[in-house]
Amino acid sequence: MDFGRISRRHLLQGGAALTLGAAAGLRPAFAAETTIGFIYVGSRDDYGYNQAHAQGAAALKKIPGLKVVEEEKVPETDAVEKTIESMINLDGATLLFPTSFGYYNPHMIKMANKFPKLRFEHCGGLWSDKDPKNAGSYFGYIDEAQYISGIVAGYTSKTGKLGFVAAKPIPQVLRNINAFALGARLANPKATTQVIFTGDWSMPVKEAEATNSLIDQGVDVLTCHVDGPKTMVENAARRGAFVCGYHTNQSPLAPKAYLTGAEWNWEALYPKFVKMIAAGESIPNFYRGGLKEEIVKTSPYGEAVSAEARKHADEVKAKFLSAEGYAIFRGGQVDNKGKTVIAAGTDRGQKDPELEKMDYLVEGVIGATS
Amino acid sequence: MADGSIGLWTVPLAVLGGAIRVSTPFLFVSLGECITERSGRINLGLEGTLVMGAMSAYGISYLTGSPWLGVLAAGITGALLGALHAGICSLPRVNDIAVGIALMLFGTGLAFYLGKPLIEPTAPRLPAIDFGWWSDVPQVRAALRVNVLFLIGVALAPILYWAFRTTRWGLLIRTAGESSDAARAMGHSVLLIRLRATMVGGFLAGIGGSFLSLFYPGSWNEGLSSGQGITAVALVIFARWDPLLCLWASLAFGGAAALGPALQSVGVTSGYHLFNAAPYILTLAIMIITCSPKRTLTGAPAELSITR
Repeated sequence: MDFGRISRRHLLQGGAALTLGAAAGLRPAFAAETTIGFIYVGSRDDYGYNQAHAQGAAALKKIPGLKVVEEEKVPETDAVEKTIESMINLDGATLLFPTSFGYYNPHMIKMANKFPKLRFEHCGGLWSDKDPKNAGSYFGYIDEAQYISGIVAGYTSKTGKLGFVAAKPIPQVLRNINAFALGARLANPKATTQVIFTGDWSMPVKEAEATNSLIDQGVDVLTCHVDGPKTMVENAARRGAFVCGYHTNQSPLAPKAYLTGAEWNWEALYPKFVKMIAAGESIPNFYRGGLKEEIVKTSPYGEAVSAEARKHADEVKAKFLSAEGYAIFRGGQVDNKGKTVIAAGTDRGQKDPELEKMDYLVEGVIGATS
Repeated sequence: MADGSIGLWTVPLAVLGGAIRVSTPFLFVSLGECITERSGRINLGLEGTLVMGAMSAYGISYLTGSPWLGVLAAGITGALLGALHAGICSLPRVNDIAVGIALMLFGTGLAFYLGKPLIEPTAPRLPAIDFGWWSDVPQVRAALRVNVLFLIGVALAPILYWAFRTTRWGLLIRTAGESSDAARAMGHSVLLIRLRATMVGGFLAGIGGSFLSLFYPGSWNEGLSSGQGITAVALVIFARWDPLLCLWASLAFGGAAALGPALQSVGVTSGYHLFNAAPYILTLAIMIITCSPKRTLTGAPAELSITR
């Protein structure tokens, strides 16, 4: 046999077939040695969205008997299907976390149908009855943590002007802006939150310009909803403004300027998922939660946060953690054009599906959605 | 004004500040490309050079603690990438535009690969000179915090203009760009001239990258350039291969980039996508106004593969 003619492709295919056989025949689902695959859309040390997930993956690596495989910068195209297949066939992954919004439909759904014995958990998607039963979607009500940030920001601001650097006016972003603004008004009823949309998830120069323009307008506390808050945090701190973080804890970047922040708590959720599987329980296909469910958390307070602000923020946090919960969006809420957006008397609690369709900015926000 | 706000004055001030802050990478890349294109070659790979420069400057500044060594490293990296481009283009029947696109992908890919561990650490940044000392308004002071690299870039534009016109080297570069036969007849190696011109162009583009990571926005991440390198290459055509026009065009692009966020901050919120697109609309408008179907682009070096 002419070995020179065996291409690398054939070798890989052979190897893949062998591993596939091993995965199908010998590897019982979720046995002692379980492999879990994580797929990120960006770089996993971006001080942002992807890093939060990577921290969750790191928490799983510490659990004995678990092997974690990761791939970064996988685009939201067919590429993610190839990554999933190779994680299953070559690494023997039995639980997969494709963490970016655009992976869900059709890519992850297609893979879940193709591998019905394996488990797929997606961050941010909206699982419905039509989707395969071995797929699930989870997400956090991070607006609760933004609300706490808003309270702290409202107390800390001397000018009563807060700034929000946002990527795009989509419901999740608008919900964060509104929660932040409403929290700030709890501390200072006259506080305004000015929002600037940069147009995309990662635009460092625009984010820096937006930060500078906001500070030029007298804004002295800023937060953001972009993929990597690093640019906003560093540039605001250089200009002497305070910041509230997003996605992860950015306090190492600006220890003096960092007040608090809205963080994902994937390092608490992912081990919980794994324990549920090990105990033979099924993970609910549609999994949501906020501060109480430990899916989101707030950063520890910075030194600039006053005792008064800490006390008020802790009180509200206790309400979120209580059994009856706490509604940020209440009846009679008016948007910034004067229109009533929530009818009087109907509070919209965290799980209210109406909030997932948010298309307005509340009173106290300066800016427009279009 | 008592609350520290300056109202509508934010817009002109932000445009001025933006012109100073955002324009520097455009300026260095376009001046570098101007030299390269005047010698008769297009290096589209400067986007990759810019990103590689940003990454290596940040890395060296972090490792050595000296941002100026970072700037130097960025320049050297850029010159090496320029040499690679010129080296490949010296081979017969090689298209410089195709090589440029390949190097653009190579440069960005390599920078992302090598820059992975640099996203988290914070490197020492370049200092700024405070030109706003005369003003009590903090916004003016912030807008007038100028980096030395910007001043070097501004000084470089007239120097290049003068050098192209009056020095021996300027004449050689222009000869190679206008007629390689003439340069060869004079006994000069066209390939060598172009190699040097591309290396100098890469050196400047690398320095432009160091400004991005070491001054403004001032940290290394993978979305840092967002196409500024390729915009700057287009700027050279827009500036008709004239270093002085490159300066004005870079300032206009920098100011235009600040326009979108500044208008939103004073409450002009409708159509911000349009304002964010301002630099590109500006380019299109000037291209349409100045182009004519009856003649080729004025000022274009005759040896460029797009005009030949």
